[in-house]
Amino acid sequence: MKEGTSISVSKLTKRFGHFTAVDAISFDVKEGEIFGFLGANGAGKTTAMRMLCGLSMPTSGEATVAGYDLYKQSEKIKKSIGYMSQKFSLYEDLTIKENNRFYGGIYGLSDKQINEKTEFMLHHLHLEDQANTLVKELPLGWKQKLSFSVSMIHDPKIVFLDEPTGGVDPLTRREFWTMIYEAAHRGTTVFVTTHYMDEAEYCDRVSIMVDGKIEALDTPSALTRQFKVQGMADVFVQLARKAKRSDN
Amino acid sequence: MKQFFYFIQKEFYHLLRDRRTLFILFGMPVTQILIFGFALTNEVKNSRIAVLDLSKDEATRAIIHELEASRYFDIVENLNSYKELEPTFQAGKIRLAIVFPEQFQENLLHTNTSPIQLVADATDPNVANTLSTYAQAIIMDYQNSMRETNELPYRINTELRMLYNPQLKGSYNFVPGVMAMVLMLVGAMMTSISIVREKELGTMEIILVSPIVPIRVIVAKMIPYLLLSMVNIGSILLLSVYVLDVPIQGSLWLLVFECLLFTLTALSLGLLISSVSGSQQVAMLISLMGLFLPTVMFSGFMFPVENMPIPLQIISNVVPAKWFYYIVKDVMIKGTGFQTIWMETLVLAGMCVVLLVVSLKKFKVRLE
Amino acid sequence: MESIQVDHVDKSFQSGKSPVEALKNITFNVKQGELFGLIGPDGAGKTTLFRILTTLMLADKGDAWVDGYHVVKDYEQIRKRVGYMPGRFSLYQDLTVEENLSFFATLFNTTLEENYELVKDIYVQIEPFKKRRAGALSGGMKQKLALSCALIHRPSVLFLDEPTTGVDAVSRQEFWQLLRGLQKQGITILVSTPYMDEASLCDRVALMQNGSIMKIDSPGGIISQFQKPLWAVQGDNMYQLMHDLRHDSRVDTCYPFGQYHHVTFNESTIDIESLKKEFQQKGVHSITIDRTEPTIEDCFMELMNQ
Repeated sequence: MKEGTSISVSKLTKRFGHFTAVDAISFDVKEGEIFGFLGANGAGKTTAMRMLCGLSMPTSGEATVAGYDLYKQSEKIKKSIGYMSQKFSLYEDLTIKENNRFYGGIYGLSDKQINEKTEFMLHHLHLEDQANTLVKELPLGWKQKLSFSVSMIHDPKIVFLDEPTGGVDPLTRREFWTMIYEAAHRGTTVFVTTHYMDEAEYCDRVSIMVDGKIEALDTPSALTRQFKVQGMADVFVQLARKAKRSDN
Repeated sequence: MKQFFYFIQKEFYHLLRDRRTLFILFGMPVTQILIFGFALTNEVKNSRIAVLDLSKDEATRAIIHELEASRYFDIVENLNSYKELEPTFQAGKIRLAIVFPEQFQENLLHTNTSPIQLVADATDPNVANTLSTYAQAIIMDYQNSMRETNELPYRINTELRMLYNPQLKGSYNFVPGVMAMVLMLVGAMMTSISIVREKELGTMEIILVSPIVPIRVIVAKMIPYLLLSMVNIGSILLLSVYVLDVPIQGSLWLLVFECLLFTLTALSLGLLISSVSGSQQVAMLISLMGLFLPTVMFSGFMFPVENMPIPLQIISNVVPAKWFYYIVKDVMIKGTGFQTIWMETLVLAGMCVVLLVVSLKKFKVRLE
Repeated sequence: MESIQVDHVDKSFQSGKSPVEALKNITFNVKQGELFGLIGPDGAGKTTLFRILTTLMLADKGDAWVDGYHVVKDYEQIRKRVGYMPGRFSLYQDLTVEENLSFFATLFNTTLEENYELVKDIYVQIEPFKKRRAGALSGGMKQKLALSCALIHRPSVLFLDEPTTGVDAVSRQEFWQLLRGLQKQGITILVSTPYMDEASLCDRVALMQNGSIMKIDSPGGIISQFQKPLWAVQGDNMYQLMHDLRHDSRVDTCYPFGQYHHVTFNESTIDIESLKKEFQQKGVHSITIDRTEPTIEDCFMELMNQ
């Protein structure tokens, strides 16, 4: 693996019986890059992401994630990645502190580390008074920022975000992306899967999957130039319309 | 009316396409009846016994003949002296021995009393108890038949005679119990789940917004489970009559009517549960804890209500299954008519009406 | 003629210990045949407003009329003439496409054939799958099926609560085209969405936040009321650039906006070239600063900050 490469994927394939969900995809993600992973419903992006997280074994192909081999070192991979999605986030019936303790504990942090992290996080999010508040009593925007922070509690090398900002108000969304920029600036690789194009435009580079293959991979501005359109939404629509299996 | 029928059709689609649940709903009464009928029964069949007849007269022969004829006993040894008794038990050859003393018939005819000794292997006290009760019952039968031929002016009713269930058949008790359980489960739990599922799906909002009258939604939801309950009643009755030999002594139509009444009560309870629960899990938990357990505990088929502390006896009165259990026992097993169960029926009907009215009132035309 | 009239509607819920004001003094009108959008994030009160208008919920205060009928007194009339697609509506997964459609048709005392003209454009797209169970359809197809079900009785007013949430960009685009087609047939449409970019597809929009309407106007009208000139700033180190911009006293607001930062300044005249030089000295290169048209999202944030 090249120096400064965080994720390296080569001809990664996943078949379910005769159905090829992911069809020999190859790409590299640099350290500290915000990488957008797009695709229509059923294009195979969830399957691909599951493989990269070490949750599912590829049928063939090679990949290293955070410097670890996907086949042999999936346990090590799991320790070096974080995961957050809009749907799955925190336990609503636990307090902020309890959620931190739980997730910190899962990743093997010591009590001291957890306490330090929690204090830092609460200070950073201006939630000092809310440490013992149940998560369900927090406004949606705070929940999302908090859940991103919790996914970073063990300082992962890579963080996977699954449709992270759907449904939040525009100001909170900006605060959220500011946090993501900060994380990337500190060297964390951010891997965003989404089918919302406005989220895609924040990424350094985006890939677009159609029918299990990567059909385009570049910076958003290069892609919009290449397809001679206004924004990522039009790029996406042009590519995704070619899809044959979107309704399986 | 067309929308109503289509609604019912849709409910049947749901019901028929969920194969696993359907299998459970139809399989449950059958397995319960079979489990209670064969596995959990306290009846003992073809038990090996020995007879020590020191009298060898007409009366003892007649009783032995009766014992032999009964399908509960299998006389494997005819002993000749007391000494043989212990070794036979120790060898495990028999579970019960019946000892006729000398001059049995003579004593009986002259002094009007004669002892019979029953010796049971009490390592399993339940079996011992059951066997001796069976034997006693057979002996009492004989004693009574003797009295009838003698035309004595008065007779002593023996306490040991087992009313309605001379052989203490377990089936007699649990058939009404299983009916109460199954009807409660199908009626209340399944109805509440099917309504709550629509809330979860969001389809309830559309149905409420549509011009369909809410009462029709409710009735359409109830009908499939009413039919399912009827099928279950049918299968329970068929099994009990033809497999367990528990006949229906009273009127079949009266029994079916009472079953319908109870099913309707269960359906109203289901409707009530659906209006207070927001998710399928909650509906299921309420049905199980709030209805199924009390049905098992308080209907009297597992634990006799009369033996419970007074507060529990009072509580048992609000459990519909208790009244249903009495009714079914009376109609099906005792064979009595409506005149003996009108009060229980009235109580059940009252409960049904109250629950139906409350649940219809609670069923919202709007969301909360 | 007004198709929907909402007059000073309030609604609050008990949530935990404290009441939450879901709707505060909501007033707006939707004209006959208009495509009206309620734009706002989750928790803005959109769903509550829909439920009040579709007679599923009672307002604490205020009145509302749909198609001339009062939402409380004439709720049965309203239920006959509105179509409603609730948020996260998922149909009956175990019924086929055809069965779902005919169920909802009979529910409204009609048949697919009777109003075929209206749903034709949508139905032809899902017809190839009519024997398939709804649970096995893709997100886009499910959404079209749900729309057909909401339309099947030819409603005069259509309520769509977040119809495009969780649906990919292609399906979203097709969905909005379908709505345009329905509008041409004279159906009034009230649609809600958390996606600001969809606002420009409506005739008029209400921007909602925390139970209040911040502004009602046409998308163009809202954009024209943006108060300051807006600049799109780009450089090779966007994080550094944002940091520098936010700490510059001349900068009023600076928000990341995809590939750019959208910036407004406190002063009306800005020397772009000197600004570029200053940021270059701080280590950000290949900077571009250009005037840009504000989007609805920019306006929404401006209103939130007021």
